[in-house]
Amino acid sequence: MIDFCGLQLDHPIVNGSGTFDAIAARRAFGDALLADFPFSAFVSKTITLAPRAGNPPPRLWEAPAGMINSIGLPNRGLQGYLEHDLPQLAELPVALITNVMGSTVDEVAQLVEAVGARDEVAAIELNVSCPNVETGLDIGADPLSLAALVRAVRPLARKPLIVKLTPNTADVAAVAVAAESEGADAVSLVNTLRAMALDPHGGGAWLGGGAGGLSGPAIRNVALAQVAAVARRVSIPIIAMGGVAAGSHANDLLCVGAALVAVGTENFRDPCAGSRIAAELKSLQIAGSPSSSMNAS
Amino acid sequence: MRPIAPLGRRRVAVTAVDDVGAYRVLRVADRSGPLPAAGQFYMLATVQRWGGGGDERPYLPRAFSFLSAGDGELRFMFEDVGPGTHRLGELVAGDELWITGPLGAGFRPPGDHRRALLAGGGIGIPPLAAWASELGSRPLALLGFRDGEHAAGAALIEDQARVRVATDDGSLGHHGLVTELLAAELARDGRCVVYSCGPPRMLEAVRALCAEHDVPAQLALEAGMACGFGACYGCVVALRDGGYARLCVDGPVLDAERLQPLAEDAH
Repeated sequence: MIDFCGLQLDHPIVNGSGTFDAIAARRAFGDALLADFPFSAFVSKTITLAPRAGNPPPRLWEAPAGMINSIGLPNRGLQGYLEHDLPQLAELPVALITNVMGSTVDEVAQLVEAVGARDEVAAIELNVSCPNVETGLDIGADPLSLAALVRAVRPLARKPLIVKLTPNTADVAAVAVAAESEGADAVSLVNTLRAMALDPHGGGAWLGGGAGGLSGPAIRNVALAQVAAVARRVSIPIIAMGGVAAGSHANDLLCVGAALVAVGTENFRDPCAGSRIAAELKSLQIAGSPSSSMNAS
Repeated sequence: MRPIAPLGRRRVAVTAVDDVGAYRVLRVADRSGPLPAAGQFYMLATVQRWGGGGDERPYLPRAFSFLSAGDGELRFMFEDVGPGTHRLGELVAGDELWITGPLGAGFRPPGDHRRALLAGGGIGIPPLAAWASELGSRPLALLGFRDGEHAAGAALIEDQARVRVATDDGSLGHHGLVTELLAAELARDGRCVVYSCGPPRMLEAVRALCAEHDVPAQLALEAGMACGFGACYGCVVALRDGGYARLCVDGPVLDAERLQPLAEDAH
C-alpha cells in the first residue's frame, strides 16, 4: 500500500486526466474492467462549470513517437458530471480524483466547492493549463496567478488538492513552489507540450482547434527533466507523467522524486497499460534496479 | 446487445495475407474473442516494429472493421495508403499482432418491411460484406471503385450479395459513380434501408441522396482514432442537433439523419 495525501493506493500507477474514460471503457469491455481495473486511483477528465462540446475535428495528429491532440475538453459540465458521471465513477473499485478547470478564480471556486462536497470524490486536481481571462497567460504558466488561484480555492474543500502543472512555461519549478506555498497537497506534471501540425494538402493547421498538445514517448525525457527540477524545489508529493509506456519509465520518474506515476497516451495503445506497467515496475523494484532504462549501446 | 470485447489487447498470430486486386486481406487466428457483429471494428498494431517507418510512424494502433469472422479466424481488408497499412502489408504468416475488439456498435436490421440495400465501395467493403453475410438474404450491393484493379475487391462480397459495380474509369460495370446506381435504385423502389461504407466523399453523397429520397440510411464511418474504446475523444463527427458523437463508442455505424454533412478530409 502507498499513502498518497492520505489515500491508500495499491500501487503507484494512476491515469493522466483525459486519457481514460472509465464509463466508455466499461461499455467497451463490460464489468471485467471493474474486476481488473488498470489504475490504483482514477483521475477524471477535466470538468468545467458549463458543458463543452469540444473542438471541431480533426482532433488528432500522429507525430513521430507520439501524438498531438486538440480535443477541447468536452464534458457535461458540473451539473452533468455530478448527476450523470459521478454515480458511475463511484462504482469503480479505486479512489476517484476529479479534475476541474475554470477560466476565473470564481469559476474554479464553484467547481472545487461543489466537487469537494461529494463523498465519492477522494481528491481534486486543478487543471491550470487555461488562459487567465484578464492577462491571457495560462494561469499555470505564471507563479503569481497560480498562487492567487490556489490561495482562493484551497480553503473551499477539505480534500487533497493537486495542481496539474503545464510544461509550457519558462520555470515550472517556480510554479510548483507557488502551489506548495499556498497549500497545495501535491502537484502533477507534465501536461502536454504545445505543438502543431500542418495539413499535408495545404491550407494551414491540420487540427480543428489550431494548435494542440504533444504527448507520448516523444516527450518522455522532457517530462523526466521537469519532474526532477520540481522535485528539487518542493517537498509535497508529485504525480509524474509524460510518455510512460513501460515499468522502467515509471521507475525513472520515481527515481527523480515522484510519488505516483500517471500513464496517459499509452492507454490508447494498450487499454490495460496501467496494470501492465504496475506489474513491470514491481518486478523491477524486487530486482532492486536503481534505474533500469538501458541505453548502454 | 453488442458483443463485448475481452478486456485489453491480446496477442494473435497472422495466418495469411492474400492479395485481392489492389487490396490485401489479412487473416489472424483469434480463439479468445467473441464473434463480432457486422460493422464492429478492432484496433490493430503489429507486435514487432510498430514504429520506425515513414516519419517514424506508425505509433497508434489502427482501426479496421472486420471483413468476416468464424472458425477462430478474423479477416480484415486494407490498402497500403500510409505507414500503418504499409507495415501491415509486410506481415507474413506467423507474425504477431496486438488486437483489441470487437468494438463499437454495428448495423441494425431494416425492419418496417423494408429491404436492405447496400451501397459503398473502395475500402468500405468489409462492414458491408459482414452485414450481407449476417443478413443471409443476398441483398443487392452497389459498389463503386476507382478502376478495375480495385473492383477486384468486389469478389470479397460476391458470395453474400448480388453485386453491381461502378468504376470511375469505366473499366468494369457502370462507368461513373456508385451514387448514380443508387439514385436509380431508390427511384425504382424506395422501400429500403441503405447501408453504406466508403470514402468520405462517397458517404456524403449517399447521405445527401438518402435524405433527398427520405430513405433511412446507416453509415459506417471512419475518423482518426487513437484508442477505439472512448478514451481519447479524437474520433468525433458533428451531429445535426449540435455536439459530436464518438465513432468508437457511439458508432462507427450511425443513422445518417443524425449527421451534419460529412467533411471530406475527416481522416
